[in-house]
Amino acid sequence: MRMWQVFKNGVLDENPTFKLVLGMCPTLAVTTAAANGVWMGLAVIFVLTMSNLVVSLIRDFIPDKIRIPCYVVVIASFVTIVDLLLKAYQPEMHAKLGIFIPLIVVNCIILARAEAFASKNPVLPSIVDGLGMGVGFTVALTLLGCIRELLGAGTVFGIQVLPAAFEPAIIMILPPGAFLTLGFLLGFFNWAGKRAKQLS
Amino acid sequence: MEYVAIILTNILINNFIVSRFLGICPFLGVSKQIETATGMGIAVTFVMTVASAVTWATERFVLATMGLEYLQTVIFILVIAALVQFVEMVILKTSPTLYQALGVYLPLITTNCAILGVAVINVQEFYNFGQSIVSGFSAGLGFTLAIILFAGIRERLELADIPESLEGFPIALISAGLMSVAFFGFQGLFSAFLS
Repeated sequence: MRMWQVFKNGVLDENPTFKLVLGMCPTLAVTTAAANGVWMGLAVIFVLTMSNLVVSLIRDFIPDKIRIPCYVVVIASFVTIVDLLLKAYQPEMHAKLGIFIPLIVVNCIILARAEAFASKNPVLPSIVDGLGMGVGFTVALTLLGCIRELLGAGTVFGIQVLPAAFEPAIIMILPPGAFLTLGFLLGFFNWAGKRAKQLS
Repeated sequence: MEYVAIILTNILINNFIVSRFLGICPFLGVSKQIETATGMGIAVTFVMTVASAVTWATERFVLATMGLEYLQTVIFILVIAALVQFVEMVILKTSPTLYQALGVYLPLITTNCAILGVAVINVQEFYNFGQSIVSGFSAGLGFTLAIILFAGIRERLELADIPESLEGFPIALISAGLMSVAFFGFQGLFSAFLS
């Protein structure tokens, strides 16, 4: 039961993108298409879960003063694994995500979860927390990717959705579109949250 | 000529924040006042320039000669973390005034993806030593320009009448989007000149 709570916390109550507003660089940069968002999310789920697992395992051995460098080395190792795996099995996606794969190492969500959760909790809840936060991040990136791809290219996951007569708004898949989409989405969630509170 | 191209690209055409999305966290976090934004910008420019030089040497003389390129991410982040710590200690010893101005921003810089980003880009573009330093320095200037402009906008936003749901992050992101549109104007400006 408690595990479910931890998982739900990561996906909904403390969604890293929409509630905590962390890890903005990859969120804005790679979401030009829905598929990019999914793959970036999967990479982050892997790194976050594994680093939470390892940090939780070694939390009693590392001296307090040098804990941050230790966490960073753990995270960087898993980022390297993801980098090499994607390069080997998904070379096209690896080229699209480009520099943002090595930059997962400085994604604030991962270090924040290591410091705030995994360093204080046993192994199993830490894994669940990593999964929950990772899934929350993936859902957010996929949603952003879907909206930008739909308005900017008329497709979702590469499938034509809007009729050919629709003139795609190219700005949505260019950098300004990322800021605008996320800004309006956050505003919409604020509005919806307030409305739900008023109704209940 | 190459140097001019690198400088123009990093500051205006492919600005690190508004078109490459590197360093968004400090951009949104430390941009409520022009004064703090300027401090952050100078600190980032300084660390970026030094980090470009140090990571270039690390890549060239350690990783490439030993065939350890796959360890790039791990080594670079450690080098940058150590460098930031070192810079902090040097500034504290040599110039307490400068430390007071930049001190608070320095620890934040380790997890600023723009620093690691510029180091990785330098390697990917096969820049030599001089080009790496110019690239780091101009990337920092681009960051400073964007964060100061954005802080100016946000200071005015404080007084503006905006819909309640858009207050805070949403309106900040939307303004950043409009700023990004403005920077887009530079895309074609130098294309004839640069090619």
